[in-house]
Amino acid sequence: MSPDTIAAALAKPTERTKARARAARNRRFLVHGSRVVLLVAVIALWEVLARTKAIDPFNFSMPSKIWEQIRDWAVYGTAQGSLWEQIWYTLYEALLGWIIGVLGGVVLGITLGRIRFLADVLGPYIKVLNAIPRIVLAPIFLIWFGLGPASKVASAVVLVFFPVFFNAFQGAREVDRNLVNNARILGASNRRVTLQVVVPSATSWIFTSLHVSFGFALIGAIVGEYIGATKGLGLLVAASQGTFNAAGVYAAMAILAVVALLTEGLLTFAERRLFRWRPSEPGTDR
Amino acid sequence: MSTEQRGTEGPDRGPAIELRSASKSFRTPSGALHTAVRDLDLTVGRGEFVAVVGPTGCGKSTTLTLVSGLEEPTDGEVLVAGEPVDGIGDKVGFVFQQDAVFPWRTVLSNVMAGPRFRGASKAEARERARAWLARVGLASFEDRYPHQLSGGQRKRVALAATFVNDPEILLMDEPFSALDVQTRALMSDELLDLWSGTGSSVVFVTHDLEESIALADRVVVMTAGPATVKRVFDIDLPRPRKVESIRLEPRFIEIYREIWESLGEEVRITRERGAADVA
Repeated sequence: MSPDTIAAALAKPTERTKARARAARNRRFLVHGSRVVLLVAVIALWEVLARTKAIDPFNFSMPSKIWEQIRDWAVYGTAQGSLWEQIWYTLYEALLGWIIGVLGGVVLGITLGRIRFLADVLGPYIKVLNAIPRIVLAPIFLIWFGLGPASKVASAVVLVFFPVFFNAFQGAREVDRNLVNNARILGASNRRVTLQVVVPSATSWIFTSLHVSFGFALIGAIVGEYIGATKGLGLLVAASQGTFNAAGVYAAMAILAVVALLTEGLLTFAERRLFRWRPSEPGTDR
Repeated sequence: MSTEQRGTEGPDRGPAIELRSASKSFRTPSGALHTAVRDLDLTVGRGEFVAVVGPTGCGKSTTLTLVSGLEEPTDGEVLVAGEPVDGIGDKVGFVFQQDAVFPWRTVLSNVMAGPRFRGASKAEARERARAWLARVGLASFEDRYPHQLSGGQRKRVALAATFVNDPEILLMDEPFSALDVQTRALMSDELLDLWSGTGSSVVFVTHDLEESIALADRVVVMTAGPATVKRVFDIDLPRPRKVESIRLEPRFIEIYREIWESLGEEVRITRERGAADVA
């Protein structure tokens, strides 16, 4: 075989690799482009329909008005104080409720997962508590803890606790028996088994619940504020509704969506750092 | 070689492991009583390598869990170093059939786990772990996570993690059955290499007769479940052995034929039962 043919044979796959990379890039552009087009189309349609009065602008408002409302709040502040303060309050309540709920859920879930006796005794009660639609507790918390952040934190906690608890419990129950046996043979005490085998194996279960439960924490905080508060995005919604300001309700919703997406992004980032030990590509062994 | 390994064996020191008419029954989920091991008598001397062969699912692994202290016998006695087994002792090492390395720990951290669990300082544990990783040829892999290793490499990690604790008794439950044939032979040689000089007693459970003869001083043939000892064969092949070449020797083949006559019958019984279950 001459060097030329070898070079040709080598050159061929690189050509193909390039073509494939190009195709993949093009596809990415297409997907992203289509997303932008779809968003613009929906907003434009809304705007046009509202301006032509095909839909009632009083009820449905329109994107330009909502944008104006957000800008107004951002620049001149809301009737309840600066916009950032409202966002901060909601975020603070949601985060605090989330952290307390997650800690409680994880600790109790792992404990009950490890100690069978406790699980058997408390199991039915937890099921009953879980069966209550917990959002109805928000008014009670308002009576107990007043208009301040405490009542919102409490509603966030009860919403967050249960999904985290059940996931942690399940995670602790489904730890690979081999790993536990191996740790025990290697000399691990019960406490060590819990902390160094059960908790790490349950983390993937717990993390799936963290994503969902942060959404719940936001719901708890917002609903709490909506029912009665002195600060917060939920209050903005309630106040806008009270003055028949549809744009205000939509504006608060848009702000909430951005806040939720940002925190979700942070959570995903933290998860990636924590799960370095897992294979990155799906389909590989384990 | 063998005298050196058995150097610790003396008239004043009893056997490493003794099972005296041990039985183990489980409750199956449906409530029925399943006897895995029945009236098992087995003695393993200090520094001795004993292989246990038997048909699949006959209760070989249960024997190991009894010796390790993971399970208690329903009946009879289990003694390790002359003392009754009460919970998991610190003399025992166990290599499992499936991967039992901790996937969230690096290779080094996995091997350090045993000494750390037993109260060694971090520096000491690291030093001992590094020494064993070097012996299994994984020194340059210490920062990897288990999922980044091949099956054979993960098994080496498991071996290092077990040997680093200096177990007097090494229990192995079909440790190489998940590996491909070539890796398996390689790992068997490495096991013999690691074991020689440690003076530990080994109970090696397998369903592969060739493997058991190549590795062991004695081969114990189990009956179809409930398991009990059918016959014990002494393997008089000289050490050190190379697994790949020893299986071609005439004496090996002779032994193989002799044991298979005993084992084959039990395998047949198990198979017929299986066929009856299916029917």
